[in-house]
Amino acid sequence: MRYERPTTLQAASQLLAKEKGSAYVLAGGTDLLVRLRTGLIEPDLIVDIKRIASTRTVAKTATGFKIGAAVTGAELGENAALKKAWPGVVEAANLIGSKQVQGRATMTGNLCNASPAADSVPALVAAGAKVVIAGPKGKRTILVEQVPVSPGKTSLKKGEIIEAILLPKRPPRSGDAYLRFIPRTEMDIAVVGVGVSLTLDAKGLVKDARVSLGAVAPTVLLVPEAAKAIIGTKLDAKAMDALAAAASAACRPIDDKRGTKDYRIKVAGVLAKRAAKIALDRAGGKV
Amino acid sequence: MSSVHVSTTINGDPTDYVCDADETLLDVLRNRLGLTGAKEGCSTGDCGACSVTIDGRLTCSCLVLGAEVDGAKIGTIEGMANGEKLHPLQKKFIEHAALQCGICTPGFLIAAKSLLDHNPKPTETEVRFALAGNLCRCTGYDKIVRAVMDTAAELRRA
Repeated sequence: MRYERPTTLQAASQLLAKEKGSAYVLAGGTDLLVRLRTGLIEPDLIVDIKRIASTRTVAKTATGFKIGAAVTGAELGENAALKKAWPGVVEAANLIGSKQVQGRATMTGNLCNASPAADSVPALVAAGAKVVIAGPKGKRTILVEQVPVSPGKTSLKKGEIIEAILLPKRPPRSGDAYLRFIPRTEMDIAVVGVGVSLTLDAKGLVKDARVSLGAVAPTVLLVPEAAKAIIGTKLDAKAMDALAAAASAACRPIDDKRGTKDYRIKVAGVLAKRAAKIALDRAGGKV
Repeated sequence: MSSVHVSTTINGDPTDYVCDADETLLDVLRNRLGLTGAKEGCSTGDCGACSVTIDGRLTCSCLVLGAEVDGAKIGTIEGMANGEKLHPLQKKFIEHAALQCGICTPGFLIAAKSLLDHNPKPTETEVRFALAGNLCRCTGYDKIVRAVMDTAAELRRA
């Protein structure tokens, strides 16, 4: 195995593109190192992207925020401007693992690991986040929900690296939230995760909304029917019930040791309501 | 396996080593540098026994490649006491009997110090959350939490 730490995206992309064996990108390493040490993967090349300056910063841009691929959960939690604009995204990222894991783990890694239960991903999808991908043919930008294609697999092609996550600018009266259900209080994998982002109009009606579910399908789900159920409403009890029904209807979960299909379907609706309530409060709305 | 030359600073001492590309920082500390305070519990980042700081940031050394820390400042349990003089956290762990077998203790001390460096007046809940990444199978945690709370109170008085 070779270890490389290029200082430019082009060099990193070339190293990955030219490698004939198996090549992996390393940022926080909290998933990669476990797979490496347990023998699940035997890389020929590891490309550490942390020396590439643009992967290490959170920049406030004209269109929102650009979060470098190697920015850690701890760094996100310390960014007051980001927390204010996207509290749901930051709380989702900060739910992952312990303080030790937060010191290294990244949202981009959480996304590229492509686990159906990744905590930060539903929050990013609800937020309408995009990723900037650098590759041998230059850069392209796609939506976060277009990255995972099945458990453990992404749509990234050979030689491609995610440089950063883009979060849009927040209109006034906007709020987001992420909730997950776990049987413990901390340090566990989501049985169900729900991200909700919404914007209210001047009268307090929901103008825009995005609802996303994790751990209830092979990949993260964006659920337009759930958003439709609350758009134009004040999130009264009837709208909340319609939201829950739409969220539950979208689930295609499996039975596993953490929860049954029926349980996950039920919990998705309950959590969607609770997350929507928090997002509403953050947007300054009242029921 | 290609090897990598690394220049780093460990507990304030400039340190150079050569390691294999796939070797963890934990293995480098223990097997190449003789710093055996950090322990290997799970090797998957769950138990926290291998906790160190890298540029002041708490992390599991089992989840870091030795090759990654070139130019970084590493803090390990060996750097906690000042010569023979124990750190207040170490004294309080002894006073409160906050250890039994001792395997998890270096990790707990590093994590607790990292908490108190950032938050000198933590609540009990904050202490429990901050130490959620450290597992102890002997004490049941209460003594550890009390030792950390007591240290924080003493450091505030000092």
